[in-house]
Amino acid sequence: MYKVVEKRDLAPGIHLLEIEAPMIAQRAKAGQFIMLMIDDKGERIPLTMADWNPKKGTVTIIALEAGKTTMKLGTVKKGDELRSIVGPLGIETHTQDLGTVACVGGGIGIALMYPTVRAMKQAGNKVLSIMGARTKDLLILEKEITEYSDEVHICTDDGSKGHHGFVSDILKKMLDEKRPIDVVYAVGPIIMMKVIADLTRSYGVKTIVSLNPIMVDGTGMCGSCRVNIDGKTKFGCVDGPDFDGHKVDFQLLIARNKRYLAEEKTAVEKFKKEVA
Amino acid sequence: MAEETPAPKKERVKKKYPMPEQDPKERIHNFNEVPLGQDAETVIKEAERCLQCKRSEKRKICVDGCPVGIDIPAFIRKVKEGDFEGGIKIIKQYNALPAVCGRVCPYENQCEGYCVVGKLKENQPVGIGRMERFLADWEREKGMAKPELPPRKGKKVAVVGAGPAGLTVASDLAKRGYDVTIFEALHAPGGVLIYGIPEFRLPKAIVWAEVEYIRSLGVKLVFDAVVGKTIKMQEIAQEFDAIFVGTGAGLPKWMNIPGENLNGILSANEFLTRTNLMKSYMFPEFDTPNRIGMRVATIGGGNVAMDCARTALRLGAEESWIIYRRSDAELPARREEVHHAKEEGVKFQLLTAPVKYTGDETGYVKKMECCKMRLGEPDASGRCRPIVCEGENFVLDVDIVNIAIGQSPNPIVPQTTPELKTTRWGTIVVDEWQRTSMKGVFAAGDIATGDATVILAMGGGKKAAEGIDRYLSQNEPWPAKEVFDKISSH
Ligand SMILES: Cc1cc2nc3c(=O)[nH]c(=O)nc-3n(C[C@H](O)[C@H](O)[C@H](O)COP(=O)(O)OP(=O)(O)OC[C@H]3O[C@@H](n4cnc5c(N)ncnc54)[C@H](O)[C@@H]3O)c2cc1C
Ligand SMILES: Cc1cc2nc3c(=O)[nH]c(=O)nc-3n(C[C@H](O)[C@H](O)[C@H](O)COP(=O)(O)OP(=O)(O)OC[C@H]3O[C@@H](n4cnc5c(N)ncnc54)[C@H](O)[C@@H]3O)c2cc1C
Ligand code: FES
Repeated sequence: MYKVVEKRDLAPGIHLLEIEAPMIAQRAKAGQFIMLMIDDKGERIPLTMADWNPKKGTVTIIALEAGKTTMKLGTVKKGDELRSIVGPLGIETHTQDLGTVACVGGGIGIALMYPTVRAMKQAGNKVLSIMGARTKDLLILEKEITEYSDEVHICTDDGSKGHHGFVSDILKKMLDEKRPIDVVYAVGPIIMMKVIADLTRSYGVKTIVSLNPIMVDGTGMCGSCRVNIDGKTKFGCVDGPDFDGHKVDFQLLIARNKRYLAEEKTAVEKFKKEVA
Repeated sequence: MAEETPAPKKERVKKKYPMPEQDPKERIHNFNEVPLGQDAETVIKEAERCLQCKRSEKRKICVDGCPVGIDIPAFIRKVKEGDFEGGIKIIKQYNALPAVCGRVCPYENQCEGYCVVGKLKENQPVGIGRMERFLADWEREKGMAKPELPPRKGKKVAVVGAGPAGLTVASDLAKRGYDVTIFEALHAPGGVLIYGIPEFRLPKAIVWAEVEYIRSLGVKLVFDAVVGKTIKMQEIAQEFDAIFVGTGAGLPKWMNIPGENLNGILSANEFLTRTNLMKSYMFPEFDTPNRIGMRVATIGGGNVAMDCARTALRLGAEESWIIYRRSDAELPARREEVHHAKEEGVKFQLLTAPVKYTGDETGYVKKMECCKMRLGEPDASGRCRPIVCEGENFVLDVDIVNIAIGQSPNPIVPQTTPELKTTRWGTIVVDEWQRTSMKGVFAAGDIATGDATVILAMGGGKKAAEGIDRYLSQNEPWPAKEVFDKISSH
């Protein structure tokens, strides 16, 4: 069992949990994730480690309510125990000797991007962070990201803070201004990553995306997380989650992530009835 | 099934006493076990069918077919005398998981395949598997006695993977006085027994009971520990005196044909893990979903394929097909599974292989194009090689396809432990004592043999336990690197 030592809501529907998992905290690297199961009847879901503390033996995750399991995570309290946490899984984000890196995070992708921003900076790269959300209340971790960035650009869909528009607008402007960017690292909704990858392709800038296929075991045993990279089948959990954005078949990922829409709806309805 | 009339005195009963089973029409709507088990009286009568053959140079008997060499005539003799305690004791000297093996062993190729009675005209072999199952169930129901443990040796052994191989090693070494810790990647023990083989064939309560027994011997279980990721082999090696690797073969194989990544096409591992480990058949009480198909095709002809096809029916499929490239005679599944599948209405499309899948606008598979095959000359495995019949392709409507064409060894431990020599199939190279090229590390089960059977994994585990005991109590030198190079080049 894994004890929750801290639980906070960063924004409506966005939950931060700090959980005791000493073995994982010792080895965690930026870009890696855990598989989390709340209780015996729960689903195993992948969540990126937003932070970790080897001394305290804890890992921190930030989850956006997307369905039953993430909603239920919102009801977990400090002191509660979780059934299972496995990690650190996936290959760590490559950060060495990149030069100037533009880190682009949208929505919950901001939480996923934070450890990467920090690792990129600590590895000696110049970090330009672009973070976007629907509205200003959902702009999480601004302070933390700023601490490790050389520049921070903010945008909101509704214009309530920063640029009124999308993260891709800001990146395009930078590229048009011929700012030297060696690598773009993009994480967020699939459609956002696709737009960014399409954009940078025409500028010939290397782009890494962090993919979020549906997983079961997270250790390479089932193939639920299959993605297509450059015409070849890869497993998101063991070959990723980071991939070359210019080689990803985003259409396939979008279709595969809709596999259980009907069942997800049933689960949410049942959950809402139970908590009501 | 019709009851047989008991034979008149002295005349031999030619057929096995029938095993009561759930009616096929009923059982395809539930996940309860199919064979219901026999009573003591029947089992004793079955034991009376045994001729108590003696083994000799010239004559092979049941024991010769048992991968772990259980003294079968001896335990049958006990059953005949009504001494079930004595019977199970004999089995347990050789087999740590009799309730499991009594259900899933391919007896027809093993003990029962060698049974002398079975070779007599019109006779069936003695029902050895059923007897093993009966004794193990009898013992579990009355409560398993904990054996007296010898004094602790003060030596620590780590076991990686809680499948049949790992559980066997753990139990054998705990009984010899070692302190054993199992590291398991999943959140539950059992390996394939828990995530792969369905409830209707192997009730999970049996696996739990076996694990509880092993725990009662003082074995520690650490779950959620992916060795190579959560903790490295080299780190374990610093803390433990010896390591056993039994990580199995869980990497799904694909056919790499067009459309294989469409929604609705799953590896057998995914389909079965969702159903068994995550209990999606009880969705939404349990959170993990599994899409229910009306027309389900399963590619492959082994036990895994039969499990998928029969599970699909229980989940509500109207039609469930087995698509296999050879003929009925070559189906690698246990005969009982094929028989049960047919009884339940699974349709066998033999001498057939898929070549291409097409889907609808939502990315879901809709059609599977197949080619017909015919059998050619025997290949290296001794089975006839399937050959494509050109120009005879046809199309099947499907909405779920399970790929059950085999699993490769789990790569995480070898990939993160360069000291471990592997073959080109990804299995870990071992010598006759299950030793690997890394000093103090042993391996057995599917990770060493490739995907095989529960009993072989257990047999390998027994040998490894003995090897570890020798290693930790005698001062034998570890074999040189070249020894393993030589083994792997064979
Ligand atoms: C490597 C990786 C890292 C991730 N990191 C984070 C993170 O740090 N914070 C966060 O909020 N989310 C993260 N996600 C997404 C998160 O796993 C899903 O939102 C979550 O599983 C949804 O579960 P649910 O029951 O709440 O919703 P559901 O109702 O089950 O699903 C809602 C949607 O989420 C996606 N989804 C469903 N099940 C899974 C699954 N098992 N695995 C992946 N996606 C699924 C599907 O697109 C689905 O339509 C990550 C995903 C991956 C693969
Ligand atoms: C669906 C199905 C049906 C089958 N039916 C039969 C049958 O009827 N009869 C029969 O005899 N055989 C059957 N088999 C085959 C049999 O189950 C296997 O041969 C046997 O389970 C192998 O045992 P094992 O201990 O080597 O590996 P496994 O049972 O695969 O166990 C390996 C364990 O190691 C764990 N592991 C893997 N990697 C790591 C890691 N890095 N760190 C920690 N733990 C790890 C896994 O999670 C797993 O629990 C079937 C197999 C399947 C899949
Ligand atoms: S989640 Fe099962 S293989 Fe990746």
